Amino acid sequence: MKALTQRLVRCASVVAGIGALLVLQGCATPPKPYDYTAYKEAKPASILVLPPINGTPEVQATPSVMVQMTQPLAESGYYVLPVSLVDETLKSNGMHTADDAQQIPVTKLREIFGADAGLYVKVTRYGSVYKVVNSETAVTLEAKLVDLRSGALLWEGSASASSAEQANNNQGGLIGLLVKAVVDQIISASTDRSHPMAAIASQRLLAAGRPNGLLFGPRSPSYGKP
Amino acid sequence: MKRLALIASLALVGCAQPGPKPLYQWAVYQNSVYQYLKSNGAEPGAQIAALEAQIEKNKVAGEANPPGMQAHLALLYAKTGDDVAAQRLLEAERAQFPESSAYVNFLLKNAKKDAGKAAASAPAEAASQSKT
Repeated sequence: MKALTQRLVRCASVVAGIGALLVLQGCATPPKPYDYTAYKEAKPASILVLPPINGTPEVQATPSVMVQMTQPLAESGYYVLPVSLVDETLKSNGMHTADDAQQIPVTKLREIFGADAGLYVKVTRYGSVYKVVNSETAVTLEAKLVDLRSGALLWEGSASASSAEQANNNQGGLIGLLVKAVVDQIISASTDRSHPMAAIASQRLLAAGRPNGLLFGPRSPSYGKP
Repeated sequence: MKRLALIASLALVGCAQPGPKPLYQWAVYQNSVYQYLKSNGAEPGAQIAALEAQIEKNKVAGEANPPGMQAHLALLYAKTGDDVAAQRLLEAERAQFPESSAYVNFLLKNAKKDAGKAAASAPAEAASQSKT
């Protein structure tokens, strides 16, 4: 009888342990996986980056972010239309603000630029906040990838980068140290702190293969892989 | 336990390894576009020299120009009035990236139209410029 109780107790503690593990795992599980059905069907090969809408008081946000989008998209395997020429074409057609440009019907964009998809970005945070002890430089971006042939939404996401990460990332191990090193490097090398921060935010937003991120494009060796 | 340590160290190595080799050589291009957008296209001359030098370097090193680099250089040449170089570089962009065909064709067609217009309105423009 005593042996049975002992066994029961042990069994219960094992069950409790498993339960606790499951709960912990529940915490670590990433958010619901993104539904890529439309994206996979559309198979976009080229992306038109529209001038990002600036939701911040920093006038530099639109050109700065627009420039930083090309590299992560191209390295993910997409052809990215030349942003300086696109900007010029839009302006010479009377589209002087990012809000104007993002209002253009997709059929018109497709007709002029021939891109398969358009990237619509909004900058919600850009710049430095100076505090007593230190300052924080942060950039936050929201993006939608829209099929210019059908108008369908293919993907959406958001990302941030902040100089405060180095302070918060002490227990972040190797990755934390790497982020700190990159941030230190760019800050010491540049007086324009927000522009490199926009590069990190753009990488996080647009480099393919991240959880719920963009899929690889046709020019990447990883094209078609999950 | 030993095996666990081994797996852990392998995972760390995995993190520290550099990513796959980049598809393109990014030197000069993005910075040049940023200078262009910030200054509204002022002083294209210095940017042209830097981009030409980098394109030559890429050729020697066997590295690919990133999407848009030759088209951006075409825009800078157009700003200086060198339409022959602009057209040559737009065609180079189209040859490297056929995805750009529709847009490059649109630009070349417009350039021809503008050239006709510019020739017709050049005297008037010169007159208005001399006033300012």
